[in-house]
Amino acid sequence: MSMNRRQFLKLASASTVLGVGGASVISNIGRGNLEAAQIHPDPRALKAKRWGFVVDVSKLSTDEDYQKCVNACHDIHNVPNNPNPRHEVKWIWRDTYEHTFPNTAEDKIMNKELQEKNFLLFCNHCQNPACVRVCPTKATFKRASDGIVMQDMHRCIGCRFCMAACPFGARSFNYTDPRPNIKVENKTFPTRMIGVVEKCTACYERLAIGQQPACAEASSGAIVFGDLDDPNSEVRKLIAEKYTIRRKPELGTQPSIYYVIGGGEHA
Amino acid sequence: MYNSGKIIAGLAVFFILATLPFLLNLGKANAKIEPSIDTPEINAMPVKHCVEPKAFMRSEHMQLLNTWRDEVVRNGNRIYVGSDGNEYGISLQNGCMKCHSNKKEFCDKCHNYMAVVPYCWSCHIAPKENKS
Repeated sequence: MSMNRRQFLKLASASTVLGVGGASVISNIGRGNLEAAQIHPDPRALKAKRWGFVVDVSKLSTDEDYQKCVNACHDIHNVPNNPNPRHEVKWIWRDTYEHTFPNTAEDKIMNKELQEKNFLLFCNHCQNPACVRVCPTKATFKRASDGIVMQDMHRCIGCRFCMAACPFGARSFNYTDPRPNIKVENKTFPTRMIGVVEKCTACYERLAIGQQPACAEASSGAIVFGDLDDPNSEVRKLIAEKYTIRRKPELGTQPSIYYVIGGGEHA
Repeated sequence: MYNSGKIIAGLAVFFILATLPFLLNLGKANAKIEPSIDTPEINAMPVKHCVEPKAFMRSEHMQLLNTWRDEVVRNGNRIYVGSDGNEYGISLQNGCMKCHSNKKEFCDKCHNYMAVVPYCWSCHIAPKENKS
């Protein structure tokens, strides 16, 4: 069969159109098993534009005060208590002033009480999180609805880029199987497995059913949780009333934890 | 053909050996794998039903679970409206396994038979085996 150029171009373009059209038909078969309307949030869920915390360490003094916040979180989230300190897994922990605010700690004549104070640290749920930028699988992501920096354990491949990126040390890696080091398992929450990174998730599972984060609930008012985007929220009122600082603001990640420094009467 | 007797006999032996597994099982019914729904929680239900009809769950539960996982973890949607119009809380540990509290007889039975190893249980805590 002989064919001139005109006939060839006609045939080629017609078969391309058919091919592209056919491909889209095939790729749409089998889609849409679930309709979007079939799934919706729990009506009890707490809603906000940008969740944040105000931590007032003046309300924490004894070891027990700190420990009850840590335990409240670690117990319900099946956080392992690994014997090797280099394998420590922590969602919320206490640390010194020097480690919390390293860029101001060299001041020799500052308030001694503040300088010797311990602080409660956990994920800052930054507005501009470095960990999210580096994650190659989008296992860690910022929830568009409320600004929580979430960790999807199903996707985490354990590359630890996020641990290197986080300036606050909020992330821990499971170097060993965590199960043997969980004393009492909370059967309503998953554990993690060896080789994934974990961190504070702002108790997304509690917010979804209308409960406050566990640490805020256990802290007797030392940790206040609320919407930073709502000028009438309790956290915004506290921030407006008292002098607060954030950890490492110079890095531009816009942390969402505000630490109250000093009492209201002198501020 | 040289050595035709040996070659044909050898071929016959090979053919019989190679097809022996099929010949032995010829006409026999396959062992039927039936996941057990015999748990106290399911037996207590007045009308036994899952979030979707049995046929759908049998063939599509993997897609359903994947969709549920993504909706809960990534979009925060925790309520599923089944085709029967009822609302169900989306959760593997607190939903599915509350009724199907017999993982070994329910999940593992088919998964072992099909030699599939889903990684659910490396993180999610399996229920204590319940049998009625």
